[in-house]
Amino acid sequence: MADTSLPKAVSGPLNHIDDRLGSSNFLKRNVKKVFPDHWSFLLGEIALYSFIILLLTGVFLTLWFKPSMLEVHYDGSYGPLQGVMMSEAYASSLHISFDVRGGLLMRQIHHWAALLFVASLMAHMLRVFFTGAYRKPREFNWFIGLGLFTLAMVEGLFGYSLPDDLLSGAGLRITQGVLESIPVVGTYGYMFLFGGEFPGQDIIPRMFTLHILLIPGIILALITAHMMIMWHQKHTQMPGTGGTEQKVTGYPFYPVFMAKSGAYFLFTFAVTALLGAFAQINPIWLYGPYDPAAISSGSQPDFYMGILEGSLRLMPPWEITAFGYTLSLSVLIPALVPLGIVFGGAAVWPALERWVTGDHRNHHVNDRPRNAPTRTAAGMAMISFYGLLWLAGANDIISERFHISLFATTWFFRFAIFIGPVLAFIITKRICLGLQRSDAATMAHGYEAGIITMSPEGKFEEVHRAPSAAEVAKITSKEEARPPLPAVDANGVPAKGSKGPVGHLRTRLNMWWNGDSIPVDGDGHPHEHHEQELVEDESRKELTR
Amino acid sequence: MSDETNETAPAGPERVIGTPPPVKSGALLASGGSDGEDYQPSTELDERKAKRTERIVALWFLIAFAASVGFMVYFIGWSGRDGGMHGLERARESNFWLGGLMTLSFLGMGVGVTIWVRKLMTSAPIEQARYDLSTDEETRSSLAQDLKQGALDSGLTKRPLLRRTLLLAAAPLGLAPLFLLRDLGPLPEKRLRHTYWAKAVAKAKAAGKPGVRLVVDSGAEASAPLKAADFNTPGGMITVLPEGIYDLGHEALTQIAKAATILINIEPDKIKPIKGQENWTVNGIIAYSKICTHVGCPAALYEQTTHHILCPCHQSTFDATDGAKVIFGPAARPLPQLPLAVDDEGYLVATGDFPEPIGPSYWERG
Repeated sequence: MADTSLPKAVSGPLNHIDDRLGSSNFLKRNVKKVFPDHWSFLLGEIALYSFIILLLTGVFLTLWFKPSMLEVHYDGSYGPLQGVMMSEAYASSLHISFDVRGGLLMRQIHHWAALLFVASLMAHMLRVFFTGAYRKPREFNWFIGLGLFTLAMVEGLFGYSLPDDLLSGAGLRITQGVLESIPVVGTYGYMFLFGGEFPGQDIIPRMFTLHILLIPGIILALITAHMMIMWHQKHTQMPGTGGTEQKVTGYPFYPVFMAKSGAYFLFTFAVTALLGAFAQINPIWLYGPYDPAAISSGSQPDFYMGILEGSLRLMPPWEITAFGYTLSLSVLIPALVPLGIVFGGAAVWPALERWVTGDHRNHHVNDRPRNAPTRTAAGMAMISFYGLLWLAGANDIISERFHISLFATTWFFRFAIFIGPVLAFIITKRICLGLQRSDAATMAHGYEAGIITMSPEGKFEEVHRAPSAAEVAKITSKEEARPPLPAVDANGVPAKGSKGPVGHLRTRLNMWWNGDSIPVDGDGHPHEHHEQELVEDESRKELTR
Repeated sequence: MSDETNETAPAGPERVIGTPPPVKSGALLASGGSDGEDYQPSTELDERKAKRTERIVALWFLIAFAASVGFMVYFIGWSGRDGGMHGLERARESNFWLGGLMTLSFLGMGVGVTIWVRKLMTSAPIEQARYDLSTDEETRSSLAQDLKQGALDSGLTKRPLLRRTLLLAAAPLGLAPLFLLRDLGPLPEKRLRHTYWAKAVAKAKAAGKPGVRLVVDSGAEASAPLKAADFNTPGGMITVLPEGIYDLGHEALTQIAKAATILINIEPDKIKPIKGQENWTVNGIIAYSKICTHVGCPAALYEQTTHHILCPCHQSTFDATDGAKVIFGPAARPLPQLPLAVDDEGYLVATGDFPEPIGPSYWERG
C-alpha cells in the first residue's frame, strides 16, 4: 500500500479548511467524479472557455473605453481620421486599437471569442438535440441553454454596437426600426430605449451597462446553474462506450479530466489569440464614425444576427392601415416569427416528445441520431430553415459574387425557406433509415471485408467479418421500436390520452414517430455460406439497399 | 485488436498482391471502438519511454515560457516606443508579434499538458453508479407534512385576511419599475411626424424667404448651399440637409437622422408627378427622404439608367420617376417627397416639410 500521507504544505491548509467547513467529505465524493469521453462533449466546453476569455478581455477593454456619445475631434495616432468629429465611444475604440499596447489584440480576441462563444453554443445545442441528451431528467439544462443562447445574441448585438462606427450604427438604426414596428407600445419602447429620438445621447452608455454588467451577470449565473446541474445529474454517455442507464464510465475528474480540460482551455485561448493576431475582424477605423445619412453597401451584422437580417430581406411589403393605426407586418413578422419558430420549437420539443412517445423514463445513455429518425429529421429541417434565412441575409454578397440578379436571389429564398426544410426532413429520415439498415446488415452477417476468395469449385465469395465488440455494443444500443400507445385499454374502452381530437392527434403523431424502425438482430458473425442461405442473404441485401 | 477479427477470418491469403489492402479492422465501422484505446491514458508505463516523453512535455513548457518572456520583451522594447504605436503600420506589426507570442505561449502549455495526459498519466477508467435522482415517497410525504405544518403554525391558511392584505401590499412593488423607469425617455407624442425641415422652413418664411436652402451633406465645416444651376446633370444624386442643421450642437445628429434627403436629377419628361405635387420639382431635380420606410437605413444607392433608389440594408427598391413607389423588397411605403423651389438668387430651397412621416412605419402613424 502506498504512503497516503500528503506533504504538509497540502495537508495543512486542507485540514484547516476541513476543520471549519467539513470540506473533505465533499472533496472525497467529487475528486474522482467520472466524466464520460466523447469529442462532441467538448463543444460545450469551448463555449464555457470562450466566455471566460470574453470576461478577461472585456475587463481589459473597459479600462479605456468611454461609453459616451459626446462629439469630439479625434487627435489620436490613426492619421486618416485626424480632426474628424466623432463620438467619444468611437474615439476611445480607436485609442484602444492604436494607442494602447496590445489593445488591438485584445479587441480582436474579444470579438473572435464572441463569435466562437455563439458558434460553440449552437454546435453544443445541436449535439444535445441530435443525441437526445435533453430528455428527462435534463430538461432544465436544455432550457437554461436556450436562455443562454438568447442572451448571447443580445449581448453580442450590444457589444458590436458599442464602438459607434458606421457599420454598428446601421445595426442600431435597424434595431430602432424594428422596435417601432411593435403594435401599440413600439414608439414608447423606441423612445425609452434611446432616451428620445434616434440616435440621441443615451443609447451607448445604456448598452454599455447592459453589456458589461447586467447581461454577463445573468449569463454567468446561468452557466453556474448549468454546470452544477450537470455535475449533480452526471454527464450523459454515448452508446457503446461502456455506460448504461445504471452506471457511468470514464476517467476520473482528478487528475485526467481536469488536465484535459485545462489543456482544452489553453487551446481555446491559443486559437482566439491566433485569430486575434492574424485574422482582422471589425476594422472600425475603415468604417468611420457613425453618420445616420451614410451607409456602406454589403453591410452585414455578426453571423448570429444573420437570420434576422435574412428574414427582413425576404419579407414581402405587407402593411395594414386601418382605423388610424398601422400594423407593419413587413417588419413585425420577420422580426418575431423565424426566431419564434426556432426558439419556441426548441423550448416545447422535450415536452412534445414526452407527450407523443409517452416516454417518461430517465435517459442517461444518448441516442445515436440514426436511431431517432423523426427527431433527427426535424432537427435537420430546423437547421435548413435557419441556414437558408441566414444565407438570405447575405443575398447581396451572393448576388455580387455569383453574378445572379439580386431580386432572383430574394425570390429563390422566399420559396426555399418553405421547401428546404421539408426536403431536409424527408432526406434525413431516409438517410437515418438507410443507416439503420446498414447496422442491421452488419449485425446479420458482419461487414464486408473487401476480400474476395475463390473456392476450389471456382466460386467467388466476399469475406464477411464480425464487427468489433465496441461496434456491436454501439449498434445494439438501439432501442427496438416501442409499442404504439394503446388506443384502447384492457376493457376495450378508449384509453386515456387517446380520446377526442387531441388524443387522435397524439396517436397519429406517435405512429409517425415510431413508424419506421429497422430491427437489429443477429450477432454480427458471418454465416456459413450454404447455397440456400447465400440466396437468402442476397435477397436480404437487396432489401437493405 | 485485430485478434478478434482474425478468429473469424477465413484461412488463406489475407491479401492478393496487386489489390488494395483490406480494410483495417474497425477503420471504417468502429471508429469509436477499440482503436481509440491508444489515445487514452494507460495504466502501465514503460519507464524508458516515459522519460523521453517527460522531456518532450518539458520542452513544450519551456517553449511556452520562452514565448511569454518574448511577449514581455517585445512589449517593453518595441511595441510602443515613444508612448504610442503611431498609426496602422506599427499597430499591425505589434499586433502580429504580441498575438503570435501569446498564441505560442498558450499553445505550448496546452500541447504539453495534452501529451502529459495521454502518455504519462496512469489513471484507469472507472465506473460509478447512477442513482435515481427522484426522492423516495416517504421523504416526499414527510416534506409535504412539514410544509403543511409550517403553514398551519404560521396561520397562513387560517387567516386569509393576513394573506390577502400581504399580497396586496406586495403587488405595487411589481409596478415599481414602470414608475421608476418612466424617465428613460420622452413620450413619442408627435415627434415622429415632423423633421427639422418643418422648423427650418417656418423660420425662413418668417424671415420673408420662399423656403430654407438646401446644403450638401459634407460635415459641419464644408457644407454649403446648393444652386439649381450647380446640380444640372441628369443622373446625379447627392444628399442634402436643411441649412442651419449643423448649428444644433449635440442635437444635430438626431435631426440629420430624420432630415437626410436625397436630391436626384432626372430628365424632366420622365417624371410622373404625384397628384397635387406637380410643382414640387425644379427642372427635373426631385427630392425624397433618404430614410428608408422599411427600418430606417439610408436608401443611398441610385441607379441612373433605371432611376431606381435602392436601400443596401434590405434591398427595398423605389422608382425615383414615379413618386418613389416601392417596386421590390420589404418596404411597404414610398419615400416621402420634399417640395422644392428656387429662390431669387438661384439657390434650391425646400418650401415645406415632407407631407407624411418619414422612416419606418409605426402603430400610431395611421
